[in-house]
Amino acid sequence: MSAESLSVVVEREFPYAPEKIWRALTQPHLIGAWLMKNDFLPEVGHAFHFRADWGGVECQVVTVEPHKTLAYSWGGFGLKSTVIWTLTPTGSGTHLRMEHTGFSPDQPHFYQGAQAGWPRFISSLENVLERID
Amino acid sequence: MQAAPDALFKSLADPTRRALFERLSREGSQTVRMLTEHSGVSQPAVSKHLGILREAGLVDARPAGRETHYSARPRALVPLLDWLQFYSRFWHGKLDQLEDLLKRMDQ
Repeated sequence: MSAESLSVVVEREFPYAPEKIWRALTQPHLIGAWLMKNDFLPEVGHAFHFRADWGGVECQVVTVEPHKTLAYSWGGFGLKSTVIWTLTPTGSGTHLRMEHTGFSPDQPHFYQGAQAGWPRFISSLENVLERID
Repeated sequence: MQAAPDALFKSLADPTRRALFERLSREGSQTVRMLTEHSGVSQPAVSKHLGILREAGLVDARPAGRETHYSARPRALVPLLDWLQFYSRFWHGKLDQLEDLLKRMDQ
């Protein structure tokens, strides 16, 4: 979790090499088989969309380090955010970490309307949230 | 009182209000006078901010003698929790599907 915004983090251990998981994260037809239809390309700066029956998500590739790290911006569901995938080899396979995080407060042009306060607000309210049932 | 999410987000978009809400959450019930001390903001400004927090359902006001005691209502943050839980469920479901796909893929 970054200091600037709240994140959703999901981690999994897989009995496969990072190369195999990387393919599932970066080849459009494979991404489509588990996440959403898309026009993804593993090139920094590439703008693409995820498409689903409820609508879509506007994205842009931010980081590509083959078999290690993949990050793209994620604009949808009323959220301006970033999704970061991290692959770490383990003795028997790969540890996969997905972090979906809000933009940092020093990028105010990403915020609109009522969403404006979100990232700053959730960063400072982390402790409060932890105390709620 | 369940305020609309918009009111909740807007009321907490302001750093002074956020600080007031956090302080009430951390330190418990306080008067405007107590909240004004060390806040660097005038008492009328604190009162105004408390009014906005109250409209958003984030703060309760309880009259006690000549003063009013304000306290935080963390339950008002439920829309925020819903929002985070939505994403948590979304990604857990998608990673289940990724796991299924990996099982089907050639090495």
